[in-house]
Amino acid sequence: MSISPRLLINSALLIFLAALPFLTDWAGDSFYTGLVARILILAIAALSLNLLIGYGGMVSFGHAAYIGVGAYVVGIGAFHAFEDGIDWMLNGYIQLVIALLGSAFIALIIGAISLRTRGVYFIMITMAFSQMLYFTAVGVETYGADDGLSIYSRSDMLGLIDLNDEKSLYYLIFISLLVVLYLMHRLVGSAFGNVIRGSKSNEARMRAIGFSPYKYRLTAFVIAGAIAGYAGFLMANLNDFVSPDVMHWTRSGDLIIMILLGGMASLFGPLYGALAFLMLEEMLSSIPLTIGGLHVGEYWQLIFGPLLILIVLYARNGVDSFLPGARKNS
Amino acid sequence: MNWLLLLEQILNGFQLGLLLFLLAAGLTLVFGIMDMVNLAHGSLYMMGAYFCATFTGWTGSFLIGALLTLPAVFLLGVVVEVVALRTLYARDHLDQVMATFGLILFFNEATRLIWGPIGLVIPLPEFLNQTVEIIPGAPYPAFRLAIILVGFLIAGLLYVIVSRTKLGMLIRAGASNRDMIGALGINIRLLFTLVFGLGAALAGRAGLMAGPILSVEIGMGESILILTLVVIVIGGIGSIKGAFIAAILIGLIDTVGRSFLPEILDLVLPSQTAATAAPAISSMMIYLLMALVLAIKPQGLFPPKGVGR
Repeated sequence: MSISPRLLINSALLIFLAALPFLTDWAGDSFYTGLVARILILAIAALSLNLLIGYGGMVSFGHAAYIGVGAYVVGIGAFHAFEDGIDWMLNGYIQLVIALLGSAFIALIIGAISLRTRGVYFIMITMAFSQMLYFTAVGVETYGADDGLSIYSRSDMLGLIDLNDEKSLYYLIFISLLVVLYLMHRLVGSAFGNVIRGSKSNEARMRAIGFSPYKYRLTAFVIAGAIAGYAGFLMANLNDFVSPDVMHWTRSGDLIIMILLGGMASLFGPLYGALAFLMLEEMLSSIPLTIGGLHVGEYWQLIFGPLLILIVLYARNGVDSFLPGARKNS
Repeated sequence: MNWLLLLEQILNGFQLGLLLFLLAAGLTLVFGIMDMVNLAHGSLYMMGAYFCATFTGWTGSFLIGALLTLPAVFLLGVVVEVVALRTLYARDHLDQVMATFGLILFFNEATRLIWGPIGLVIPLPEFLNQTVEIIPGAPYPAFRLAIILVGFLIAGLLYVIVSRTKLGMLIRAGASNRDMIGALGINIRLLFTLVFGLGAALAGRAGLMAGPILSVEIGMGESILILTLVVIVIGGIGSIKGAFIAAILIGLIDTVGRSFLPEILDLVLPSQTAATAAPAISSMMIYLLMALVLAIKPQGLFPPKGVGR
């Protein structure tokens, strides 16, 4: 295997991310560690969604729901440990297992129904299901309803790793990202991945050679849901807070924007996309320009919205198409 | 059971259902004819409400404000179609979803810039701001009654346009085979722009009628957009008849369910559990209905002919 320029760029990015906490220590500003940790968590979720959208052609518009499930498991666990003194509910391993199983199970139910439909129907039914979970979270008064839940103690990993230490948490997130990247790499290259990709490009042919796409698609849907649930577990620990807003359909839209910004059906695409998305948000919202007493930065979405349309129209493969060795298709 | 309350809730259900129908009709036409997902439909609804609030403020009359709003939203729809959406028809649904998502961000932020972050109020004229006794002892707000009447009127008008006029014939032909009517020499681009403008005007009409009873605020379009999507998915994308039936169904189930589910749950569950579960379950009901419909008929209740292309 020869080392391509693209591999070099990707490796340089990962090495930079690995060194980041020490770089910010050196610069004496730890704000960026928190920001990048948030970006990496979103990248994990976007990577899992890319399995569906980029490789499988399944435009799921409700992926934030599974992040919400994972985050609420941590939030509810901490709530009962704090309010009722049920200590096992703070155990990070138990929380993790419930977060993974819970999000996988919900993805199984939603996927089983949604995958019966096609095209626009699929987009809208996944969106509607995620809104259903959103409204459920809004409706449950016990867990804060609209206002959300503050998490007074992060998951207890029994001494193996201390999540209260920002650096340890950052490295847990970073290593999780590496694992998910590797998992996606293996998954997409496997026979299973071939069926998923084949069903996207030509479903009839896939059926003709003896594969029923439904089962494979559903499996991919459940895997992606579980990984997003894991991202939710990390996010709740990072933010010390969970609210229905993490599940709102616009959050699912953000994840798709990341995939689009980064380049679909590219392994590192969602990571670049998540970086680009939050960097754009940071940059646009701090434009130091004032017109007639109005700070332009305060209305950054006024620029971001049309920018998004332009990207969709003219830069379909996002960041990916600017990296060396980009495929020249579409 | 309180029969007067039930009657009132049924009327409220019709009112919500007809509002949803005005939105769903435009959306389902755009879907059916242009094969285009337009998430920004809710933004046009929001603009309808804001325009109406502004025009009412200028002229001092709700009726004149409402009349001015319709052509304004129609024009806005045409501009949006020509500037941004026209190039998207040939793209896949993902691109359409993302580009119209960008439009939502733009409209919300532009609204905040122009009208400020605080919502507006649409003042009602005296004759609409009172109650009517439909049956003795059951006062009902006149404006809500007006929404129901106007809703039925527009539904009827739309039915006549679609089934009796030349434009309607083209719309129906477009929904069943786009390419063919283009080959027959119809100016599809103009037809698409007209249909989009019509859909926008209907959404704006829904917005200006919802403004006085809900509230005119940023993001008002998004919550109702999801309900509208549920309606057209249940009704079958591209079918106006399906949209009408599904809209009324959703309106009734959502409204009547929300007010009577606590009582019904109380019969089967301990009251403590019922009180906590009721709000969550009642907001889930319409989604459960949609899941049920799609599990049985993946194309919705009334898939228009020619679907499956």
